[in-house]
Amino acid sequence: MSASRVRVAVTGLGVVAPNGLGAEAYWAATRKGSSGIGRISRFVPDQYPSQLAGEIEGFEAAEHLPGRLLPQTDRMTQLALVAADWAFEDAAVRPGELPEFEMGVITASSSGGFEFGQRELQALWSQGSRYVSAYQSFAWFYAVNSGQISIRNGMRGPSGVVVSDQAGGLDAVAQARRQIRKGTRLVMSGAVDASICPWGWVAQMASNRLSTNNDPERAYLPFDAAASGHVAGEGGALLVLEELEQARARGAKQIYGEIAGYGSTLDPRPGSGRPSGLRKAVELALADAGATPRDIDVVFADAAAIPELDRIEAAAITEVFGARAVPVTAPKTMTGRLYSGAAPLDLAAAFLAMRDGVIPPSIGVSPAPEHDLDLVVGQERTAAVRSALVIARGHGGFNSAVVVRAAA
Amino acid sequence: MSGPYGRRVVITGIGVTAPGGVGAKNFWSLLSDGRTATRRISSFDPSPFRSQVAAEVDFDTELLGLGAQEVRRMDRAAQFAVVTAREAVADSGLEFDSLDPHRTGVTIGSAVGATMGLDEEYRTVSDSGRLELVDHEYAVPHLYNYLVPSSFAAEVAWAVGAEGPTTVVSTGCTSGLDAVGYAAELIREGSADVMVAGAADAPISPITVACFDAIKATTSHNDDPQHASRPFDGTRNGFVLGEGSAVFVLEELDSARRRGAHVYAEIAGYATRSNAFHMTGLRPDGREMAEAIRVALDEARLAPQAVDYVNAHGSGTKQNDRHETAAFKRSLGEHAYAVPVSSIKSMVGHSLGAIGSIEIAASALAMENNVVPPTANLHTPDPECDLDYVPLTARDWRTDAVLSVGSGFGGFQSAMVLARPDRRAA
Repeated sequence: MSASRVRVAVTGLGVVAPNGLGAEAYWAATRKGSSGIGRISRFVPDQYPSQLAGEIEGFEAAEHLPGRLLPQTDRMTQLALVAADWAFEDAAVRPGELPEFEMGVITASSSGGFEFGQRELQALWSQGSRYVSAYQSFAWFYAVNSGQISIRNGMRGPSGVVVSDQAGGLDAVAQARRQIRKGTRLVMSGAVDASICPWGWVAQMASNRLSTNNDPERAYLPFDAAASGHVAGEGGALLVLEELEQARARGAKQIYGEIAGYGSTLDPRPGSGRPSGLRKAVELALADAGATPRDIDVVFADAAAIPELDRIEAAAITEVFGARAVPVTAPKTMTGRLYSGAAPLDLAAAFLAMRDGVIPPSIGVSPAPEHDLDLVVGQERTAAVRSALVIARGHGGFNSAVVVRAAA
Repeated sequence: MSGPYGRRVVITGIGVTAPGGVGAKNFWSLLSDGRTATRRISSFDPSPFRSQVAAEVDFDTELLGLGAQEVRRMDRAAQFAVVTAREAVADSGLEFDSLDPHRTGVTIGSAVGATMGLDEEYRTVSDSGRLELVDHEYAVPHLYNYLVPSSFAAEVAWAVGAEGPTTVVSTGCTSGLDAVGYAAELIREGSADVMVAGAADAPISPITVACFDAIKATTSHNDDPQHASRPFDGTRNGFVLGEGSAVFVLEELDSARRRGAHVYAEIAGYATRSNAFHMTGLRPDGREMAEAIRVALDEARLAPQAVDYVNAHGSGTKQNDRHETAAFKRSLGEHAYAVPVSSIKSMVGHSLGAIGSIEIAASALAMENNVVPPTANLHTPDPECDLDYVPLTARDWRTDAVLSVGSGFGGFQSAMVLARPDRRAA
């Protein structure tokens, strides 16, 4: 069998989201349209134009992780380690029982352990270089989650880390699929990001894409005439990926579906006059999956909530699928945009949508008539979902798309 | 790599921005002369720090053709990447304007992203650490590009006109190998025809120097900066921080041949493994690096005896050089004692995520010139490091296949095999 024919399945989900800790809690909240967006509580945001975030509440790292790991890890790594534990548990895989070189970890990151970084920068500049923590050398960098997950679970196979802003969450999963096709048995993949600290916040605001509307119900309205930027959040998802036949052979308790297709492009240089590459990324993902637009039962949109970016995404969707020809949804309206973590969370939602035959809603949005989209708003919609498209775009013009499919 | 997809990937263009050698030609002249580019840190006052030496790039943005706005919006590492990519593209002779932009991609490795820009900007918005609630009014408009360093890859793509798969690969100190390995895989599987791939880091800032001080990973040979980087030497006591970039044009072999391109080397094999042991510590037995080497050689269909030169990670820390020596013995067997092994970090320092690509450049140029670069500053043998490390002077040496390895925080161990495309398979 040629490597590109090897089918790659998702058998475990680990979710840490602002509206739910754990895949089932997240999914129950998401189906109900229950939002995790609120006023920032981790610092006093009064002085900043953007004061809302999708924060994860009720997460006590010490309840889940050994004490020695706490001082050496940023919040995003603590969340990632726990998400990985949950994903293994969900897949009913004990990593210690698999050959060590046949398990890898491939994650995406956007900003690394930025909160840890702020603390150490503060120590450096206010007290002096001798006050910088011995853990700073690895606690903040982009590779930390892959490294820590591999250590905690004894995974010695191919690992990796990609950074392509929000698109990275899909790029990581595609790279994981590549490694499985080359013979690795299992890869933990996805992303968890968190940088809700004053320094991270100021850096995020510099994108000019954060909404300055501080009403939680009006702040993040993709495809709405009132779209004025997004709310940022923290969290994401980690997924257990395995070669489909091997997952079946071990009697995996569930196979959520397969990573069937992937495509990726970068928008041209600003001012070049050339069109966005988003449509091309979607077409590549469909072709890679051997799917036609009619095979897709739902699109999980990137949902930038910047009018120009919404127009580009709506146009790409209608050009590929036809006007109002496919249901489109953006459950991230309940979590905020989670940077690298956003798209893996959408993948988890897509698999759960397939399992339960429902499309989760986008909340708060009144779709602008200019977008010819069948946006699922307000309430979940019952629908047989056999195949879904997840779109993720990153600052700088990154476009990635993944097609997931029920494993027949 | 002659793997399951049948497409083979070659290097047809090289750009290098290294300490003591801006441009591939100057870089190679530094290496083949065995000169060192390490010195007392000049970009800030290093006297409060334990380690005060570094390998800095003398980087004249104007001379190198960067526009004023490019300089303003890009961190130093991104500037390195763009300048170096332009050199690689020019060197390849490939007409990028004639390519399908969606079949041309970019991967840039970086361990610490825009750490220099972030350090500077933090200092401003926090008023030198006084404000915990940092002041957004003082943030520069491009601060987001520092927060998320995928901006490096976008900048390179914009500079060369690529619109295909584009990403930053950030696996700590193996990033420079992993970014090129990732790009080669995209060509092999058919997702791209041309990749501009490499790495850049510019970590010489107070926060980086301080964090390596805290774990004594960097050298304290401050009294003799030029001879401070001493891989495999008995007196080594840490690495010397460096900075720089190397970028390559990668193409599919047949199309490179059809256009009559100069082929430096084939990316014949690549693998990465994790030690799953410790974020900064290494097990002395070198098992995981040996496994990465074994898989990379297997992918290249080369026997260990076919390796003519090993470009070592050779960081100059006590534990690394022992770990690596063990890994070579474990993977290459008796051949480990026969093959020349050297560390160019003795001359250009350790530029974290960039160095893996800079070492691929050194490996490709060793093949080009049939010269193996030396390990500078190697005077005092260490009984635990008992291989042929090519001390002090370069060696004329027929080099048809090179093994280049990297090892980094997070436990990542990577290996790449470069070989002449017309080699005979084992």
